Amino acid sequence: MWSSRARYVLNRLIHGLPIIFAIVIANFFLIRLAPGDAAQVLAGEAGAASEEYMRQIRQQFGLDQPLYIQFISYMKNILMFDMGYSFRHGREVSSLIFERVGATALLMFASMVISVGVGVLLGALAAIKDRTILSNVIVIFSIVSYATPLFWVGLMLIIVFSIHLGWFPTSGIATVGSTMTGWQYALDIAHHLVLPAVTLSFFYMALYTRLMRASMLETLGLDFIKTARAKGLSDRKIVSRHALRNAILPVLTMAGVQVSSMLGGSVIIESVFGWPGLGLLAFESLFARDLNLLLGIFFLSSILVVVTNAIVDVVYTIVDPRIELKGKLAHG
Amino acid sequence: MMNSTNLLTIEGLSTEFRSSHKQWFPVVNRIDLQVTVGETLAVVGESGCGKSMLAHSILRLLPRRIARNAGGRVLLEGRDLLALSEDEMRGVRGKDISMIFQEPMTSLNPLMTVGQQIAESILEHEHCSVQVAARRTLDLMELVGIPEPRARFHQYPHHLSGGMRQRIVIAIALACRPKVLIADEPTTALDVTIQAQVLELIDKLKRELGMGVILITHDLGVVAEWAQRIMVMYAGRKVEEADAETFFTSPRHPYSRALLASVPRPNDVMNGVVKPLAEITGTVPPLDRLGGGCAFADRCTMGTDACRSNSPAFRLLTPSSGVACIHAGN
Repeated sequence: MWSSRARYVLNRLIHGLPIIFAIVIANFFLIRLAPGDAAQVLAGEAGAASEEYMRQIRQQFGLDQPLYIQFISYMKNILMFDMGYSFRHGREVSSLIFERVGATALLMFASMVISVGVGVLLGALAAIKDRTILSNVIVIFSIVSYATPLFWVGLMLIIVFSIHLGWFPTSGIATVGSTMTGWQYALDIAHHLVLPAVTLSFFYMALYTRLMRASMLETLGLDFIKTARAKGLSDRKIVSRHALRNAILPVLTMAGVQVSSMLGGSVIIESVFGWPGLGLLAFESLFARDLNLLLGIFFLSSILVVVTNAIVDVVYTIVDPRIELKGKLAHG
Repeated sequence: MMNSTNLLTIEGLSTEFRSSHKQWFPVVNRIDLQVTVGETLAVVGESGCGKSMLAHSILRLLPRRIARNAGGRVLLEGRDLLALSEDEMRGVRGKDISMIFQEPMTSLNPLMTVGQQIAESILEHEHCSVQVAARRTLDLMELVGIPEPRARFHQYPHHLSGGMRQRIVIAIALACRPKVLIADEPTTALDVTIQAQVLELIDKLKRELGMGVILITHDLGVVAEWAQRIMVMYAGRKVEEADAETFFTSPRHPYSRALLASVPRPNDVMNGVVKPLAEITGTVPPLDRLGGGCAFADRCTMGTDACRSNSPAFRLLTPSSGVACIHAGN
């Protein structure tokens, strides 16, 4: 069973390669549609925007070459997992990304756990207590959360919990200049993680709450729930053994799709909270026209999406026995 | 009519539903019935006549938000089920009274193996180990005629055909050797050959386990073959009750006659008699808008003003049969 799953994942990943390749090509050309280049930004910041200086920079980074030459050399490098050199930071893109990817992964993982966990809980509760005050409160809360912009939530949380109450730090990933180690250091990071993770999970939590509520209401009306009731099971067992697992399937599908869009959300969150992850890096590199770095981040994201989709498919086969693994390319 | 073999006695059972205008109206209206050991009582009628509501009311399975009991008693060997607490009632469901449902395709949990679903019922009602429950599950699967129970135990519902799934549903219902089995249109969703097998199985198990069966159906062919007694329901009321032979030879209620007339008769066709199939015009009236008179009066060929002004009481014609119609003379 497990070896067939491993084979399936491998198969899916191999089929994902052409997709990643296509994304890389599309990104390369799309990104160059934006006006301005690194030379202009660097020159602007240096305050000495002479034609001579800009030509020198362009020559140095190969920006004066025709587009197709740039493209060919870029593709050659990508095939060897060389993502190039960041003009802005004066370092290898791969080492920059490697340094930042952990923070983003942590943020996304925490948000995923919070949004799915709380969303499933609230949604299930709203469905079980349908047409009660509690259910109405949850529904209204989810609609409001769904409609509130992320950055606003982030700022409000900072004002309330950091500035007024002083419970959490306003920004960063760890206390600056501290010499903490081990568990202490981990706790410090967790402390810094709370606000950005809660903010990022807000929207998705609302989404999963609504999805879970609808799915649970539908499941509770299905025939096998009646069978379970006719067996003499208690309401608690009916929900925990029969309804919950069936109702959670659509949430799982949605969560899989959203891992990738969460990366987009983390750009905003990381900017608001000064969280030193890929989102903040992407944001900065966009304004610096640091195209190599930006393309590197996109490249990594596309790999992330392909890998996550494969994982979600496998998780699905564990949760739902009706779905069987066929080593074929299904979608994505 | 009370005798020592009476398992289930229902007296004046009424169930009300709440309309969209928040008014309560009866869907099961003062029903009396008895089920004795080894007997199959068929409850027949069109869709919407209250058959299923009656079955759900016996097991108290209707959601409290929209349904309520409005009187009567449900006596299982003398114990009134309507007086039990919800916890006590859970001890009755699946143990003393079991129910099987219409749709074998959807009445099993798709994410649980069929063995687990049968064993769950045993573990719920009897204090036994998982091993004992598993062994009894295999016995049950064999009892209901599932080949290779050991292999099937670990399969999921989607691996099985409709007929096999209905056998699993029956095995779940029989897991704790219930005294009464309520079968709510158990074969409607199955094709004809499987229908016969499933009904034969229910009949065989009824005799082996000494159960009483309430068979809810709208298929009079099924009734003729498997039921000893018949109760006809219309608009939530009992309109006729008789033993099978009496019912099929001399139905008393105009509704019963109309139902029988609308069954195609292969003999007529084979004898070259070609006549259009009779139908009952109109539909069952909405139960929340019933007037005071006989609910069938407007569709009845014998309907008179007297029918429309007073609801006819159920009268016994013999000790074991009766009818609720002012025109049904002796």
